[in-house]
Amino acid sequence: MTGRNQFMTGLAITRFALVAIILALAAGPWLFDLNQQTLLTEFFTLLVLALMWNLLAGYADIITVGQHAFVGVGAYAFYGLAVLADVDIFLAIPMAALTTLLVAIPTMAIIFRLRTAYLAVGTWVAAEVMMLIAGKLPGFGGGSGTSLPIPVVKAFGATLSGRVSTFYAMSFALALLAFGTTWIFLRSRVGLGLTAMRDNEEAAGAAGVDLVMTRIVCFLWTAPFLGLAGVLVTLQKLRVAPSASFSITDWTIYIIFIVVIGGIGSLEGPVIGTILFFLLRGYLAAYGTWYLIILGAVSIGVILAEPRGIWGACRRWGIPDLAPASHGPKP
Amino acid sequence: MAVDAQGRPRHEEARAPVLELRDLSIRFGGLRVIENLHLEVQRGEILGVLGPNGAGKSTLFNLIAGVLAPTAGAIFFGGRNITTMNVWSRRRIGIGRTYQIPKPFAHMSVFENVLVAAAHGGGRAIRLSRAEAMDVLEATGLADRMTSMAGQLSLLDLKRLELARAIAGRPDLLLLDEIAGGLTEAECDDLLALLKKISDHGATIVWVEHVLHALKRAASRLAVLYSGSIIAEGAPEDILADDRVREIYLGA
Repeated sequence: MTGRNQFMTGLAITRFALVAIILALAAGPWLFDLNQQTLLTEFFTLLVLALMWNLLAGYADIITVGQHAFVGVGAYAFYGLAVLADVDIFLAIPMAALTTLLVAIPTMAIIFRLRTAYLAVGTWVAAEVMMLIAGKLPGFGGGSGTSLPIPVVKAFGATLSGRVSTFYAMSFALALLAFGTTWIFLRSRVGLGLTAMRDNEEAAGAAGVDLVMTRIVCFLWTAPFLGLAGVLVTLQKLRVAPSASFSITDWTIYIIFIVVIGGIGSLEGPVIGTILFFLLRGYLAAYGTWYLIILGAVSIGVILAEPRGIWGACRRWGIPDLAPASHGPKP
Repeated sequence: MAVDAQGRPRHEEARAPVLELRDLSIRFGGLRVIENLHLEVQRGEILGVLGPNGAGKSTLFNLIAGVLAPTAGAIFFGGRNITTMNVWSRRRIGIGRTYQIPKPFAHMSVFENVLVAAAHGGGRAIRLSRAEAMDVLEATGLADRMTSMAGQLSLLDLKRLELARAIAGRPDLLLLDEIAGGLTEAECDDLLALLKKISDHGATIVWVEHVLHALKRAASRLAVLYSGSIIAEGAPEDILADDRVREIYLGA
């Protein structure tokens, strides 16, 4: 039993270290310089996107390649509310999330008529349509987009360093919120059914899990988080533009890479994948196009070796989940 | 006169068979897998279903459970027409099933596998389903494997898990698809004792099985499926002595 005890001690130490890292990240504005904070802001934003894509593709079998649609909707909604409608910016942020949710409902009604590969294409088409509409909206600068006005930017901090820290804190809070609430969601009754669907959809239905309602809840769950990520993207870039706010490469393709490599169908996978993505990007930035080629080769290699990604391999080696959403016989 | 929710007189519901298949047919392309099948299953009975491979047994289960929609005909459960009802709703009103080839939730614990069925199939909150899940694990002999990941179970334990998930939430009708294969005599005795207990609690069981001696001991009635139709039904000893059945099923 000593082997098992050592193992459990190792697990406890790992969890303790993770909590320490989270606390350190919470103190980020005092610990990191502006470049590091900017990089981490981007990290947290992509992590939120990865958590959401993982929930859809890894659990509910909704393989979307149109996730960037809701990022763009959140970005444009924020701009429209904060700049054009002159809503208080800190009210405009939750309202942008709400707008994204409202747009997600009719979108869902259309794309849920499709399944598997057709659904994937459908989500993509929906995203392209929304991008084109965004380019036609009056007041948003058309196809080339428009910058956030100075007063709106200054509302987040009078100085550059103040703003960077504010954006850092916002993105960190959003990542924590996304991870924490998704964990709670997975532990709920609906989440239990969703996890069963992840493993075997037909058997989940036969066990009484409402496959349609679970998919709907899941899809609508992700929409406001994607919208909030869109707000953060807008704040980092200080502008909205159809091609940037609705970027399929940045908000969908890279995210698929992250989740597939890290481990689809787990909460740990998206975190590992996002870290790996930033490491690869950092080290390979100097190699230009090779960066993308290597990224593609790595993801194909991982899929061939272990379809459930790095965390899937860890699970096979018997490593328990660090953030288990599982249930035991005792409450 | 007292009436139920559907507006029928109550005594009619009580008299109605638990399960009634009316002129059920399903075709896959040009292939008629089930044709004009008529079957009534009475409350509390254990109906054994025999038939050679390809007779349509699994298709029949998929029709009753709602995985497949019939080309023609209707399915009544407790007097209620459920022909167009989806799979999970049928589970929630009391139709539990096992799969011949186990379909575990591989990355969930054995306990959680059963908890899913107890909570969702039983239509209850998780906190009210834990005790039920524990009872089912005890009854099916899986209690000591409770914390294992379902994907790591042996085939025998996977079959137990299939049964455990099917009976969690106490369905009125239990569809069992070849759960006795590969059991030792002692394990088979345990299984039969468990099914007897479930049956004594008022559940109705329809059991497709190749292990004839198990079926013979448990079933109150046998039906023989051949080429998508029921060609014989009756008391087990009569059916197993029937020349026609012996010829097509036992090849003797």
